[in-house]
Amino acid sequence: MKVRLRNPDREVRVDGDRPISVVLDELGIAVDTVLVIRAGELITRDTRVGDGDEVEVRPVISGGAG
Amino acid sequence: MIEIRRHHAAFCAEHFLAMFTGQVERAIRRFEMMRPSDRVLLAVSGGKDSLALWDVLLGSGYDVSGLYLGLGIGTYSDRSLAATETFARARGADLITIDLERAHGFDVPTAGRRGSRSTCAVCGLSKRYVFNRAALEGGFDVVATGHNLDDEAATLLGNTLRWQTEAIARQSPVLPPRDGMVKKVKPLHRLSELETAAYAFLRGIDYVVEECPLVAGNTQLRYKEALDAIERSSPGAKAQFYLGYLDRGMALFASQDRAELRPCERCGQPTTGRFCAFCRARAQVLGERLDGPEPGPRAVAEELADEVLPVEIYEGAGR
Repeated sequence: MKVRLRNPDREVRVDGDRPISVVLDELGIAVDTVLVIRAGELITRDTRVGDGDEVEVRPVISGGAG
Repeated sequence: MIEIRRHHAAFCAEHFLAMFTGQVERAIRRFEMMRPSDRVLLAVSGGKDSLALWDVLLGSGYDVSGLYLGLGIGTYSDRSLAATETFARARGADLITIDLERAHGFDVPTAGRRGSRSTCAVCGLSKRYVFNRAALEGGFDVVATGHNLDDEAATLLGNTLRWQTEAIARQSPVLPPRDGMVKKVKPLHRLSELETAAYAFLRGIDYVVEECPLVAGNTQLRYKEALDAIERSSPGAKAQFYLGYLDRGMALFASQDRAELRPCERCGQPTTGRFCAFCRARAQVLGERLDGPEPGPRAVAEELADEVLPVEIYEGAGR
């Protein structure tokens, strides 16, 4: 599956067919520090993601200056 | 679905948005932050917090104008302004923009390079100065900011680690008006970073996701990471820390709020010394002389007691 990471913007490929929390663990990302967006919708930690899925992992700490 | 571990609950989008709005309204009521007749000036940056708060306040019928301060941080500032303008246009909301360089002769990156303060310090100082002054000159009753629970908990942690009792005493989500300071409120103080991000996403707000490019090494970010680590093993710890302070700790520090303010001899804005911290920083960056010695770093931080950030953030971050 394809995972879009932010700050900096980049894309990685990881195995799917498992809960997103396991994918985040593997990427070293704490689940409460990000929104996970699939097909324009937020998904929760126990949502299973498939090999063909594309998700965005968006950190919740962002912006703030201008 | 949105899962909020500290509530031990998962919400559908509709109920999450209702919960979020309810928390903001509860904060406004409990601390008497604003009345429907008040003119509110909201500090907006194009980030999730300020745009989410703007969305809620407009939806609740408050008379709220946005104030965007251009800090001159290259394309990051360009994107931030564009996100803010897009939001304001889509909602027919009133937006005031001020460019720091045009109004005061310097931008934040230049100030970080030339002055003795870090970029984060001079950025925060400039925002507070411009927002207060714009509110006074524009006849606004209240300045609102998008500080969330994570921001406030991290600040409280920093102030507590150093026992900066005066700053702790002033870490209320509402600071009443006094001596040239407009009333300041933080209606998002009960909501976490995760919750404001989820709200902004669900409401279709196109906010700036990127982190400020000058923020690397910011002390407050380290405090946030430390609190996140505790939160992972003890969900709710962050809220207990900050909201517990509001319920049981704040009153114990009230006697520490001793700062006496008087008008800055240069600009008339409130300060504890002869010249306000902004005028001192500006003079330093522009190579101008003010009549009087530049105070030491701790005096600069203490002068900003109402801003409740740790000394270290003023002195060390963002360099």
